[in-house]
Amino acid sequence: MQNTKILLSGNEAIAQGALQAGCSFYAGYPITPQNELIAYMSKYMPASGGVFIQAESELAAINMVYGAAAAGSMAMTSSSSPGISLMQEGISYIAGSNIPAVIVNIMRGGPGLGNIAPAQSDYFQATRGGGHGDYRLIVLAPASVQEAYDLTQKAFFLADKYRIPVMILGDGVLGQMMEPLRLSGKKIKFKPAPGWALTGCKGRNPNVVKSFFLREGELEEFNLKLQEKYKIIERKEVRCEESFLADAQVVLVAYGTMSRVAKSALNQLRSRGKKVGLIRPISLWPFPRRPFAISNRKLKYLVLEMSYGQMLEDVRLAVNGRQKVDFLGRSGGGIVSQEQVMNKIKKLID
Amino acid sequence: MKKIFGSPETLREATTHYCPGCGHGIAHRLVAEVVKELGIREKTIAVAPVGCAVVAYDYWNFDCSEAAHGRALAVATAIKRVHPQNVVFTYQGDGDLAAIGTNETIHAANRGENLSVVFINNAVYGMTGGQLAPTTLLGQKTSTSPEGREKKAHGYPLKISEILALLPGVCYLERVSLHNPQEVLKAKRAIKQAFQNQINNLGFSLVEILSPCPTYWGLSPKAALDWIRDVMQKEFPLGRIK
Repeated sequence: MQNTKILLSGNEAIAQGALQAGCSFYAGYPITPQNELIAYMSKYMPASGGVFIQAESELAAINMVYGAAAAGSMAMTSSSSPGISLMQEGISYIAGSNIPAVIVNIMRGGPGLGNIAPAQSDYFQATRGGGHGDYRLIVLAPASVQEAYDLTQKAFFLADKYRIPVMILGDGVLGQMMEPLRLSGKKIKFKPAPGWALTGCKGRNPNVVKSFFLREGELEEFNLKLQEKYKIIERKEVRCEESFLADAQVVLVAYGTMSRVAKSALNQLRSRGKKVGLIRPISLWPFPRRPFAISNRKLKYLVLEMSYGQMLEDVRLAVNGRQKVDFLGRSGGGIVSQEQVMNKIKKLID
Repeated sequence: MKKIFGSPETLREATTHYCPGCGHGIAHRLVAEVVKELGIREKTIAVAPVGCAVVAYDYWNFDCSEAAHGRALAVATAIKRVHPQNVVFTYQGDGDLAAIGTNETIHAANRGENLSVVFINNAVYGMTGGQLAPTTLLGQKTSTSPEGREKKAHGYPLKISEILALLPGVCYLERVSLHNPQEVLKAKRAIKQAFQNQINNLGFSLVEILSPCPTYWGLSPKAALDWIRDVMQKEFPLGRIK
């Protein structure tokens, strides 16, 4: 498998990445546009020696992930927006029980049943918790099939390292498009269960996995530990791509599929001498604030999203009033076109 | 002096939080005795419910997981699939297993998951203040059916065990009670059977235990036991269902 290059969809690349990263448990439920992922897992997970379950609902799937994670497995599920909504309770429990898991959201149009076209309307849901309580997920946003594969493997590493749920935030375009993928030769073996996991109490005191702390002060103490963990992650796990910022007059901010449109617009305009730059967040939480510490007051930001302005709020927070922040977005399955982006940039530059 | 009776090592030294006359204390002990007698303490992983027994892990001395309300059988399914050599059981009340968790219950049973389920049926929601449960009897007054359960508004008491009997993956279903010492002994035998079935890889086993809730039945502990004997078991007949 060393250095093999194959043509694969984003959904399948994520599954393949997971298998190579030591994922030993997958539970999911079919939902468009990520069905290729669960199908891939049903085919290759058993052969890999792991557990595959098509659950009776997303609600069951996330709770199976909880059980597998509590038992010391590297567990994963995937879904799309309406199914991710169903999983919010389970995600809160995973975060509150200090156990690792990887959750993949291949976003589609909403709210409600919406449609099956791509969207970026779950940014709030992903980065502001989504479920109840003061918790965070690490959220990673790939913009290509290769990056989806690479970031999924990173997701397992981070989930395990910090005992935190990690979300891969993709969309219907990324999930279903096919691109060349360079496979790494690595295959991480299934890890033995960590000391805190539920494996039967032979040779040790019994373990309890829970998020319930009823006694006076206990829950606050636990929450403070979570907050400490999040501070460490904010320092160490920011990921971002920056291009052409040094002389930029307009800086595009976009992630995932939208960043590809942004790049096309940027390249076209740069070839005509226009000073356009790009900040592409790869970790949406922790959000990359440092790239926005630009001193040029005349610079303008243009946030591009397949939503009505969700990451926009994080950009505004990071910019903190230093410069003007503009926005161009479409949702409900619509994608801002390269032409629309270029027209908007031209207006901002003039 | 020779010690002839005591607490099994599968029970922790803990002060009970349960009400006087509650059935959980007995049921927890029966489970603990069964685990000890089968010699499986080091292999056992329990999944606790949401309900009065949410802190069951404070009483049992083996590995235990929490589960969101109703999801214990999804959690247990995964634990057992990941560790098939372990003995995995859930301990759930009537809301957990037969209201919010009905889907997870039916599908774990339908997949024939090799699990043991201890189902505590006390016909009411205790932890949250005595509300209507799926198994509340017709005419029974609760805090959300103050005039008593009636067919039109609330439907009938749910016989989840009888429903599960239809599923081929289910190998053992028995309904037992705690209302007198003979019934308590029968309950223990049923629990032991459910655990033994798992050890023998026979599939899904469930023991439904009619259990007293004196506080929310508005009865004394003794009257509560008599209510099970005289009223509840007529609606929920004891004995082997499958």
